[in-house]
Amino acid sequence: MKPTSLNFKLNARHALDDAQLQRALANVPTGFVGKRAKARAGLPEFDALRDTARDIKNHVLANLDLYLEEFERKVSEAGGVVHWARDAAEARALISDICKEAGAETVTKGKSMVTEEIALNGHLEADGFKVVETDLGEYIIQLRGETPSHIIAPAVHLNKDQVEADFRAAHTDLPDDRPLEETEQLVAEARAMLRAQFVAADVGITGANFLIAETGTTVIVTNEGNGDLTQNLPKTHVVVASLEKIVPTLEDVSTILRVLARSATGQEISTYTTFSSGPKRDADPDGPDAFHVVLLDNGRSKLLGTEFAEVLRCIRCGACINHCPVYHAVGGHAYGWVYPGPIGSVLTPSLIGVEESGTLPNASTFCGRCEAVCPMHIPLPGLMRKWRAREFEQNIPPRAQRMALKLWAFAAKRPWLYRTGARIVMPILAWRGRKTGSFSSLPFAEGWTRHRNLPAPEGKTFQQQWAAKGGAR
Amino acid sequence: MSVRSSVAAREATLGAIRSSLSVAADDAERRVAVLKRLYDHESNLVPARAHEETAALIARFVSMLRGQSADVFGVRDISAVPATIAAFLRNANLPARVQHGADPLFDALDWDAAPGIERTQGRAEAETPTGLSRAFAGAAETGTLMMVSGPENPTTLNFLPETHIVIIDRAQIVGSYEDAWAALRTRYGEREMPRTVNFISGPSRTADIEQTLTLGAHGPKRLCVIVTGVEDV
Repeated sequence: MKPTSLNFKLNARHALDDAQLQRALANVPTGFVGKRAKARAGLPEFDALRDTARDIKNHVLANLDLYLEEFERKVSEAGGVVHWARDAAEARALISDICKEAGAETVTKGKSMVTEEIALNGHLEADGFKVVETDLGEYIIQLRGETPSHIIAPAVHLNKDQVEADFRAAHTDLPDDRPLEETEQLVAEARAMLRAQFVAADVGITGANFLIAETGTTVIVTNEGNGDLTQNLPKTHVVVASLEKIVPTLEDVSTILRVLARSATGQEISTYTTFSSGPKRDADPDGPDAFHVVLLDNGRSKLLGTEFAEVLRCIRCGACINHCPVYHAVGGHAYGWVYPGPIGSVLTPSLIGVEESGTLPNASTFCGRCEAVCPMHIPLPGLMRKWRAREFEQNIPPRAQRMALKLWAFAAKRPWLYRTGARIVMPILAWRGRKTGSFSSLPFAEGWTRHRNLPAPEGKTFQQQWAAKGGAR
Repeated sequence: MSVRSSVAAREATLGAIRSSLSVAADDAERRVAVLKRLYDHESNLVPARAHEETAALIARFVSMLRGQSADVFGVRDISAVPATIAAFLRNANLPARVQHGADPLFDALDWDAAPGIERTQGRAEAETPTGLSRAFAGAAETGTLMMVSGPENPTTLNFLPETHIVIIDRAQIVGSYEDAWAALRTRYGEREMPRTVNFISGPSRTADIEQTLTLGAHGPKRLCVIVTGVEDV
């Protein structure tokens, strides 16, 4: 998809003014955050498992070439085919060729962010295939012509009444007067509509949460079971995965699974975890005849060995997104590309360049909750800071912003100047805001005060208060 | 197979990785370390809850599954399975019909004890109402069934029918995922897998609409697990 990340500020303003969106986003902090905390409390080893999970992935990244070779060898042994794609265009062409060779008309898809990254659906449709998303959230947004606004809850920006309207508009064969107000009714209708597609499909495309080098196995983690119907019923199963999804062994994947669902949805484990190795065996009465794995680089190999390599540990659980106050306020579409939230703010400049997305690493309060909850210990604020520095070095921010930063840096590097300035400004602001305790408008701070008041300072600077309380310099 | 990525893409990708990592392809030390890890497949940290004694593991297996919206029944003797299935289907107002694979267990059961149950054999089709399978193992730590594909227990039975009934013996219930993998390696060999291994920990669900949990998204609406060799659970 064409990035609109540079429009983040405008996107965010629209998002803040969108009442439907704001109503839907209210579900994010109330749901995910509490569930994760409960799941974490229920497993005393949770934090130790996070450390181990990080170490596993670091080991993999340091030996990625060798693990990929082993994975490829085992897939071939099992009768599958591994395809290598340097970029999105190569991956799309490969997948399209596989569909053509299969003589496909209908292609079903399990939920996959990497296929969003390579904009697969539009390409396959242009080549004449009927593409059906089967994850409920993905199915809803496909009907609406939208992209996912969250990596594990793609339709989290929508409310029930919107889904009802979409289903009434799309499923015109069904009676107009059918009841469709309740979630159960919507789920049942989607189930019934997609049944026929699962059975009709010629090719099933899934992503992969993991690739296991030990056995040449691809893994998907789902709750709905749509991924399994997608990959078991058609004659051809195509797995699309980026290089860094590799783990060494079944034991290693077990460790990471223990932190994945708990971090993501707060479940002890997702309902279905499916391990696939090659096409169906001779005696098998079901399963695909052909098994393809498309391994996508798309900029990841370049990140290895750099200061941004740690982002490749990401297992796409969404915990950083679920805990992000910026995401809570503006939702996922404002980020303007495939991956929203803190992980998106690091991954997007890493994959499409900071010149296309420099706004994103700046769209953070650096509150640090993302890093605190990341099961793979990715230092997200630190990596965003590094992207900010790169952006500044490349002269990307507007001139006024660069000047302001330089001015601030000049003062910050001279403590006496900084203290003097603060001592002059604080009492003035405190006096000006003495009646209401906050400002509804303030010169140079309209960006803040347009949507909320800016608290007025109390009159003394932090350093004055620190000194008064006997704190050391 | 005519669709092939160019060898160039493969070599370029591996070359780019090695260049970024500043490593060589013929680095014997790294290769030995990688192969050792793959063949040793040592366990990492396993939660203490998976190391309890057998009775506690079975109790955890059952309570976790129930917590994840499965129906769980215990029968002392395997001969009670058909009657348990019949009662479950009757109580849930479901057709008295099951479809199962070629696992010899199913024909060995005494179905005369449950007259009226119609049995068919084979993979599931779109209209199959109830699938009946035998689990390969169960991991107590999260109430997780491990199912393996094959003619004995076709994978489609796990996902297409609205109702899925799974039989598991108490001896198949282990503590951790790692224990289950060990059992799988004993059956299939080192670095070998059946086409599909499914971890199943409850009926199908979704929370994609307003984060409201709803059962029966695309897979089974009901998961019924019958544990044999135990008193009432």
